[in-house]
Amino acid sequence: MARRYTGTGKPAPDNRSPFARATGLGSAKTGVEHWWAQRASAIALVPLTLWFIAMLMVHVGSDYATATAWLRTLPAATLMILLLAMLFYHAALGLQVVIEDYVHSSMKFAAIVLIRLVCLVLALAGIVAVFRIALIR
Amino acid sequence: MSRPTQGRIRPLSPNVQIYRPQLTSVLSIANRITGIVLSIFGVGLVTWLVAAAAGPEVYSAFHDIMASWPGQIVLFGGSFAFFLHLTGGIRHLVWDSGRGFQLGTIYRSGWLVIVASVALTVAAWIASRFMLGVH
Repeated sequence: MARRYTGTGKPAPDNRSPFARATGLGSAKTGVEHWWAQRASAIALVPLTLWFIAMLMVHVGSDYATATAWLRTLPAATLMILLLAMLFYHAALGLQVVIEDYVHSSMKFAAIVLIRLVCLVLALAGIVAVFRIALIR
Repeated sequence: MSRPTQGRIRPLSPNVQIYRPQLTSVLSIANRITGIVLSIFGVGLVTWLVAAAAGPEVYSAFHDIMASWPGQIVLFGGSFAFFLHLTGGIRHLVWDSGRGFQLGTIYRSGWLVIVASVALTVAAWIASRFMLGVH
Protein backbone atom coordinates (compact mmCIF):
# COMPACT_ATOMS: atom_id res chain seq x y z
CA MET A 1 0.00 0.00 0.00
CA ALA A 2 1.38 3.37 -1.01
CA ARG A 3 2.18 5.76 1.85
CA ARG A 4 3.28 9.35 1.21
CA TYR A 5 6.33 10.71 3.05
CA THR A 6 5.45 13.83 5.01
CA GLY A 7 8.86 14.87 6.33
CA THR A 8 7.87 14.20 9.96
CA GLY A 9 9.29 10.69 9.99
CA LYS A 10 5.81 9.15 10.08
CA PRO A 11 3.90 8.15 6.96
CA ALA A 12 0.65 10.03 6.46
CA PRO A 13 -2.49 7.94 6.95
CA ASP A 14 -3.87 6.77 3.64
CA ASN A 15 -7.29 8.39 3.61
CA ARG A 16 -8.06 7.61 0.01
CA SER A 17 -11.04 5.46 -0.86
CA PRO A 18 -10.41 1.84 -1.96
CA PHE A 19 -11.36 2.93 -5.49
CA ALA A 20 -8.77 5.72 -5.49
CA ARG A 21 -6.13 3.32 -4.18
CA ALA A 22 -6.86 0.81 -6.95
CA THR A 23 -7.10 3.35 -9.79
CA GLY A 24 -4.14 3.26 -12.14
CA LEU A 25 -2.67 0.04 -10.75
CA GLY A 26 -3.98 -2.00 -13.68
CA SER A 27 -5.38 -5.51 -13.41
CA ALA A 28 -4.19 -8.12 -10.94
CA LYS A 29 -2.60 -9.72 -14.05
CA THR A 30 -3.95 -13.26 -13.51
CA GLY A 31 -7.66 -12.75 -14.26
CA VAL A 32 -7.34 -13.07 -18.04
CA GLU A 33 -5.56 -16.43 -17.78
CA HIS A 34 -8.30 -17.78 -15.49
CA TRP A 35 -10.99 -16.52 -17.87
CA TRP A 36 -9.39 -18.21 -20.89
CA ALA A 37 -8.71 -21.47 -19.02
CA GLN A 38 -12.35 -21.60 -17.93
CA ARG A 39 -13.54 -21.23 -21.57
CA ALA A 40 -10.95 -23.59 -23.05
CA SER A 41 -11.78 -26.34 -20.55
CA ALA A 42 -15.51 -25.71 -21.14
CA ILE A 43 -15.09 -26.25 -24.91
CA ALA A 44 -13.01 -29.40 -24.30
CA LEU A 45 -15.71 -30.73 -21.97
CA VAL A 46 -18.50 -30.45 -24.59
CA PRO A 47 -17.36 -33.50 -26.65
CA LEU A 48 -15.87 -35.31 -23.63
CA THR A 49 -19.02 -35.15 -21.48
CA LEU A 50 -21.31 -35.98 -24.43
CA TRP A 51 -19.12 -39.02 -25.19
CA PHE A 52 -19.33 -40.04 -21.53
CA ILE A 53 -23.15 -39.63 -21.39
CA ALA A 54 -23.46 -41.69 -24.61
CA MET A 55 -21.21 -44.43 -23.18
CA LEU A 56 -23.15 -44.34 -19.90
CA MET A 57 -26.34 -44.93 -21.92
CA VAL A 58 -24.81 -47.82 -23.87
CA HIS A 59 -23.34 -49.44 -20.75
CA VAL A 60 -26.29 -48.65 -18.50
CA GLY A 61 -27.00 -51.51 -16.16
CA SER A 62 -23.87 -53.32 -17.29
CA ASP A 63 -22.06 -55.61 -14.87
CA TYR A 64 -18.45 -55.48 -13.68
CA ALA A 65 -17.06 -57.55 -16.56
CA THR A 66 -18.74 -55.43 -19.28
CA ALA A 67 -17.84 -52.10 -17.66
CA THR A 68 -14.18 -52.98 -17.06
CA ALA A 69 -13.84 -54.58 -20.52
CA TRP A 70 -15.00 -51.25 -21.97
CA LEU A 71 -12.69 -49.18 -19.71
CA ARG A 72 -9.75 -51.38 -20.73
CA THR A 73 -10.01 -50.33 -24.38
CA LEU A 74 -7.51 -47.65 -25.43
CA PRO A 75 -10.06 -45.01 -26.60
CA ALA A 76 -12.16 -45.39 -23.43
CA ALA A 77 -9.17 -45.19 -21.06
CA THR A 78 -7.65 -42.22 -22.92
CA LEU A 79 -10.89 -40.24 -23.15
CA MET A 80 -11.76 -41.04 -19.51
CA ILE A 81 -8.38 -39.65 -18.34
CA LEU A 82 -8.90 -36.54 -20.50
CA LEU A 83 -12.42 -36.17 -19.08
CA LEU A 84 -11.16 -36.42 -15.48
CA ALA A 85 -8.39 -33.88 -16.09
CA MET A 86 -10.66 -31.35 -17.84
CA LEU A 87 -13.62 -31.90 -15.48
CA PHE A 88 -11.71 -31.22 -12.27
CA TYR A 89 -9.70 -28.39 -13.84
CA HIS A 90 -12.97 -26.72 -14.93
CA ALA A 91 -14.55 -27.45 -11.51
CA ALA A 92 -11.59 -25.94 -9.61
CA LEU A 93 -11.72 -22.76 -11.73
CA GLY A 94 -15.51 -22.45 -11.38
CA LEU A 95 -15.66 -23.16 -7.65
CA GLN A 96 -12.87 -20.61 -7.13
CA VAL A 97 -15.10 -17.91 -8.66
CA VAL A 98 -18.00 -18.97 -6.41
CA ILE A 99 -15.74 -18.66 -3.33
CA GLU A 100 -14.35 -15.30 -4.49
CA ASP A 101 -17.90 -13.97 -4.92
CA TYR A 102 -19.34 -15.10 -1.57
CA VAL A 103 -16.46 -15.55 0.89
CA HIS A 104 -14.94 -12.24 2.00
CA SER A 105 -13.25 -13.33 5.24
CA SER A 106 -9.71 -14.59 5.76
CA MET A 107 -11.14 -18.04 4.93
CA LYS A 108 -11.22 -17.12 1.22
CA PHE A 109 -7.59 -18.01 0.50
CA ALA A 110 -7.77 -21.24 2.54
CA ALA A 111 -11.02 -22.24 0.81
CA ILE A 112 -9.53 -21.75 -2.67
CA VAL A 113 -6.41 -23.77 -1.75
CA LEU A 114 -8.64 -26.52 -0.29
CA ILE A 115 -10.82 -26.62 -3.43
CA ARG A 116 -7.75 -26.92 -5.65
CA LEU A 117 -6.28 -29.69 -3.52
CA VAL A 118 -9.56 -31.65 -3.43
CA CYS A 119 -9.97 -31.32 -7.21
CA LEU A 120 -6.35 -32.44 -7.76
CA VAL A 121 -6.77 -35.45 -5.47
CA LEU A 122 -10.07 -36.46 -7.14
CA ALA A 123 -8.59 -36.18 -10.65
CA LEU A 124 -5.55 -38.23 -9.64
CA ALA A 125 -7.67 -40.86 -7.86
CA GLY A 126 -9.81 -41.26 -10.98
CA ILE A 127 -6.79 -41.45 -13.32
CA VAL A 128 -5.02 -44.01 -11.08
CA ALA A 129 -8.25 -46.08 -11.02
CA VAL A 130 -8.40 -46.02 -14.86
CA PHE A 131 -4.75 -47.16 -15.06
CA ARG A 132 -5.43 -49.92 -12.55
CA ILE A 133 -8.41 -51.17 -14.54
CA ALA A 134 -6.57 -50.89 -17.88
CA LEU A 135 -3.26 -52.43 -16.82
CA ILE A 136 -4.04 -55.00 -14.12
CA ARG A 137 -5.67 -58.30 -15.11
CA MET B 1 -19.45 12.93 8.10
CA SER B 2 -19.97 9.70 9.98
CA ARG B 3 -17.90 6.54 10.15
CA PRO B 4 -15.26 5.60 7.55
CA THR B 5 -16.44 3.81 4.44
CA GLN B 6 -14.93 0.41 5.16
CA GLY B 7 -16.35 -0.17 8.65
CA ARG B 8 -19.95 0.57 7.76
CA ILE B 9 -22.42 -2.24 7.14
CA ARG B 10 -23.91 -1.41 3.78
CA PRO B 11 -27.15 -2.76 2.28
CA LEU B 12 -26.54 -5.61 -0.11
CA SER B 13 -27.62 -5.43 -3.73
CA PRO B 14 -29.68 -7.19 -4.98
CA ASN B 15 -31.85 -7.47 -1.86
CA VAL B 16 -32.70 -11.14 -2.24
CA GLN B 17 -35.81 -10.99 -0.02
CA ILE B 18 -37.66 -8.47 -2.20
CA TYR B 19 -35.94 -9.13 -5.53
CA ARG B 20 -38.34 -10.20 -8.29
CA PRO B 21 -36.68 -13.05 -10.20
CA GLN B 22 -36.51 -12.86 -14.00
CA LEU B 23 -35.58 -15.56 -16.51
CA THR B 24 -32.13 -14.00 -16.89
CA SER B 25 -31.25 -13.94 -13.18
CA VAL B 26 -32.75 -17.41 -12.52
CA LEU B 27 -30.69 -18.95 -15.35
CA SER B 28 -27.60 -17.08 -14.15
CA ILE B 29 -27.77 -18.55 -10.65
CA ALA B 30 -28.94 -21.92 -12.08
CA ASN B 31 -25.72 -22.17 -14.11
CA ARG B 32 -23.74 -21.62 -10.93
CA ILE B 33 -25.79 -24.06 -8.81
CA THR B 34 -25.63 -26.78 -11.49
CA GLY B 35 -21.86 -26.22 -11.66
CA ILE B 36 -21.59 -26.93 -7.93
CA VAL B 37 -23.96 -29.93 -8.25
CA LEU B 38 -21.92 -31.35 -11.15
CA SER B 39 -18.72 -31.00 -9.10
CA ILE B 40 -20.38 -33.30 -6.54
CA PHE B 41 -21.32 -35.71 -9.36
CA GLY B 42 -17.64 -35.63 -10.31
CA VAL B 43 -16.97 -37.22 -6.90
CA GLY B 44 -19.54 -39.86 -7.92
CA LEU B 45 -17.67 -40.49 -11.19
CA VAL B 46 -14.40 -41.04 -9.30
CA THR B 47 -16.21 -43.31 -6.81
CA TRP B 48 -17.52 -45.39 -9.73
CA LEU B 49 -14.02 -45.70 -11.25
CA VAL B 50 -12.41 -46.54 -7.89
CA ALA B 51 -15.16 -49.13 -7.28
CA ALA B 52 -14.45 -50.68 -10.70
CA ALA B 53 -10.72 -50.73 -9.89
CA ALA B 54 -11.39 -52.28 -6.47
CA GLY B 55 -13.08 -55.39 -7.90
CA PRO B 56 -16.43 -57.07 -8.67
CA GLU B 57 -17.82 -56.99 -5.09
CA VAL B 58 -17.29 -53.26 -4.54
CA TYR B 59 -18.47 -52.52 -8.08
CA SER B 60 -21.74 -54.44 -7.70
CA ALA B 61 -22.39 -52.71 -4.34
CA PHE B 62 -21.99 -49.30 -6.01
CA HIS B 63 -24.01 -50.48 -9.01
CA ASP B 64 -26.90 -51.64 -6.80
CA ILE B 65 -27.09 -48.23 -5.08
CA MET B 66 -27.19 -46.45 -8.47
CA ALA B 67 -29.77 -48.90 -9.88
CA SER B 68 -32.13 -48.41 -6.89
CA TRP B 69 -35.01 -45.93 -7.09
CA PRO B 70 -33.30 -43.23 -4.98
CA GLY B 71 -30.12 -43.73 -7.05
CA GLN B 72 -32.03 -43.38 -10.31
CA ILE B 73 -33.75 -40.19 -9.09
CA VAL B 74 -30.36 -38.72 -8.12
CA LEU B 75 -28.95 -39.70 -11.54
CA PHE B 76 -31.98 -38.18 -13.30
CA GLY B 77 -31.45 -34.90 -11.41
CA GLY B 78 -27.76 -35.05 -12.22
CA SER B 79 -28.44 -35.54 -15.92
CA PHE B 80 -30.78 -32.52 -15.96
CA ALA B 81 -28.15 -30.45 -14.10
CA PHE B 82 -25.62 -31.56 -16.73
CA PHE B 83 -27.76 -30.60 -19.74
CA LEU B 84 -28.74 -27.27 -18.13
CA HIS B 85 -25.07 -26.46 -17.43
CA LEU B 86 -24.07 -27.62 -20.95
CA THR B 87 -26.67 -25.55 -22.82
CA GLY B 88 -26.27 -22.60 -20.41
CA GLY B 89 -22.50 -22.83 -20.89
CA ILE B 90 -22.85 -22.78 -24.69
CA ARG B 91 -25.08 -19.67 -24.27
CA HIS B 92 -22.26 -18.09 -22.27
CA LEU B 93 -19.70 -18.98 -24.98
CA VAL B 94 -21.92 -17.26 -27.58
CA TRP B 95 -22.01 -14.16 -25.33
CA ASP B 96 -18.21 -14.35 -24.99
CA SER B 97 -17.98 -14.03 -28.78
CA GLY B 98 -19.84 -10.72 -28.42
CA ARG B 99 -23.14 -11.94 -29.87
CA GLY B 100 -26.71 -12.32 -28.62
CA PHE B 101 -26.94 -9.37 -26.24
CA GLN B 102 -30.20 -7.84 -27.55
CA LEU B 103 -32.89 -8.09 -24.88
CA GLY B 104 -35.21 -10.16 -27.08
CA THR B 105 -32.35 -12.49 -28.07
CA ILE B 106 -31.34 -12.96 -24.42
CA TYR B 107 -34.86 -14.09 -23.51
CA ARG B 108 -35.16 -16.32 -26.59
CA SER B 109 -31.81 -18.03 -25.87
CA GLY B 110 -32.85 -18.37 -22.21
CA TRP B 111 -36.07 -20.21 -23.08
CA LEU B 112 -34.12 -22.27 -25.65
CA VAL B 113 -31.74 -23.38 -22.84
CA ILE B 114 -34.69 -24.52 -20.70
CA VAL B 115 -36.50 -26.33 -23.53
CA ALA B 116 -33.30 -27.93 -24.87
CA SER B 117 -32.10 -29.13 -21.44
CA VAL B 118 -35.50 -30.68 -20.60
CA ALA B 119 -35.72 -32.29 -24.07
CA LEU B 120 -32.14 -33.64 -23.92
CA THR B 121 -32.69 -35.07 -20.42
CA VAL B 122 -35.91 -36.85 -21.45
CA ALA B 123 -34.33 -38.05 -24.73
CA ALA B 124 -31.24 -39.38 -22.92
CA TRP B 125 -33.36 -41.37 -20.46
CA ILE B 126 -35.69 -42.77 -23.13
CA ALA B 127 -32.61 -43.74 -25.19
CA SER B 128 -30.90 -45.34 -22.18
CA ARG B 129 -34.03 -47.45 -21.45
CA PHE B 130 -34.00 -48.52 -25.14
CA MET B 131 -30.29 -49.42 -24.91
CA LEU B 132 -31.00 -51.41 -21.75
CA GLY B 133 -33.46 -53.55 -23.74
CA VAL B 134 -30.96 -54.04 -26.56
CA HIS B 135 -28.00 -54.92 -24.36
